[in-house]
Order: sequence, then C-alpha cells, then structure tokens
Amino acid sequence: MLVEKRTKEVGEIPMCSMADIAFLLLVFFLVTTTISTDKGIGILLPQWGDQKDVPKKNIVNVLINAAGQVMIAGKETPIPLIEKDIRERLEAPGMRDLLIVSLKPDKDTEYDVFIEVLDQIKLSGAGRISIAEIEK
Amino acid sequence: MKFNRKSKVKSNIPTASLPDIIFMLLFFFMVTTVLRLYDGLVVDLPAAKSIEKIESRRHTSYLWINYEGRMSFDDFVVNIDDGSLYKRAYNRRMETPQLMMSLKYDKKVPMGLVSLANDELRKATALIVNFATRFKK
Repeated sequence: MLVEKRTKEVGEIPMCSMADIAFLLLVFFLVTTTISTDKGIGILLPQWGDQKDVPKKNIVNVLINAAGQVMIAGKETPIPLIEKDIRERLEAPGMRDLLIVSLKPDKDTEYDVFIEVLDQIKLSGAGRISIAEIEK
Repeated sequence: MKFNRKSKVKSNIPTASLPDIIFMLLFFFMVTTVLRLYDGLVVDLPAAKSIEKIESRRHTSYLWINYEGRMSFDDFVVNIDDGSLYKRAYNRRMETPQLMMSLKYDKKVPMGLVSLANDELRKATALIVNFATRFKK
C-alpha cells in the first residue's frame, strides 16, 4: 500500500513589519510622556483640633502684615535676612530640636510673600514650622 | 588595469530580535507613563529655593486656586462654603491613604483664603501637603 506523504505547508505570519509597528507605538509613548515636574515646599499640616502647649521660650513668632513686611520676635526684618536670623536662633545652645517657628500671616497677605518667607525659614534648616490659623 | 573584486562575504546584522527589544522598551514606557491627569486652572505659581519633588503622581491630588479665588480639586469645581472641597478631599483620602496634596495657588491669592482651604484639608485628614512652586534661580 502506498501511503502518500503529506505535503508540509508551513503557514507564516510576516514578521518583518513587527519592528515598525512596535517603533510606532514606542514613539507615541515617548511623545506623550511628560516627566513629572511637580515640585514645591512640603509641609505636614497638624490634625484638626490638635493643640499642644509649648513653652513660650521655644517659640519664635514670624509675623507678616498685609503689605508684606515681616517681623521676627518683635523686630522688623527684610525678607532676605530671615534665613540668617532664624539660623542664629537655631544655633543657640539646646535650641536646634526645640525651636518652633510660628508663621502668622495677615488674612490679606499675598501668598507670594508667604512662600518667600516660608522658603527662607526652610532654608535656615528649621524643622518645626507652624502656620498659625487666621482668625476670621 | 584590473581591480580585485572585494570579497563576497556578506555581513548581516540579525534583526530577528529587533521587535523584542523594541517591545521591551515600549512596555517600559507604557508602564512608567502617567498620562496628564488634570487640566486645572491657570495659575501663576510663586518661586522658591528649598523645594522638593513629588515622587508618586498616582497618589497625588491637586488643588488649584486662581487669582479670582476660584477653586478646582482634580478638575472638579469646589467651594469651601458648601463643603464640596471637604467632601472631595475626604473621599480621595479614603481611597488613597498615602494621599499627597499638591497645592497650586496663585501668587495673588490672599492668605485668608489659603488658610480656609488648608483648614478644610485638615478636617478631611489630608495632611501631607506640598505648596507647588517654581524653582527660583
């Protein structure tokens, strides 16, 4: 008996354009990807209704009025000098971990000025910063 | 004069694995890409030096306040008076425990409004915040 050999036909999917398709998708993702540019000054807000009593000598008050003038512990200070002032206070013996900088802006102070002052305080290396609530 | 023919050895670069390489790159970009999520409001951010980057955009929500005092929380218009800011922030915080708030406030916004908005976030227990700024040279 003669058994016929089956012809071996191999079905092929053309693969040569696969790279092109993949490249096209790759370029699409490359173009649409935006690298994260979100940056800013990080702060941890206190919990609502959370109040702690702190000895007054550990607090330094930084007041900002509506015109953008800054007063540190009762003395008017130009904004670029805040960093130096706070740093000196931090360097006083035993104050590095205890000093709390309390930032009190007026309700009409512009946010821009507030950020400038906050930036200066952050640059001075102060770790404990509190932002006072503004009375309505 | 007779020139010698160059050798007939053909040099081939094997391209069979090219799609694999490209696909690998493609998957890398697909996985790492976070498409732009929100449009927000037009704000002019203040500038600062002591800034830090927000690491994970997936766990970040945005609050915009423009110079007119209009607010937008992740592209929803919100308000302090009707409690919608609190509700949005609270729901988002329940979904994402490690929520980080990126606060995009305009330079001209008065601190009274900033304080009110921050109080709402505190009530909603969204305590990790980042005051978005540009980098000051």
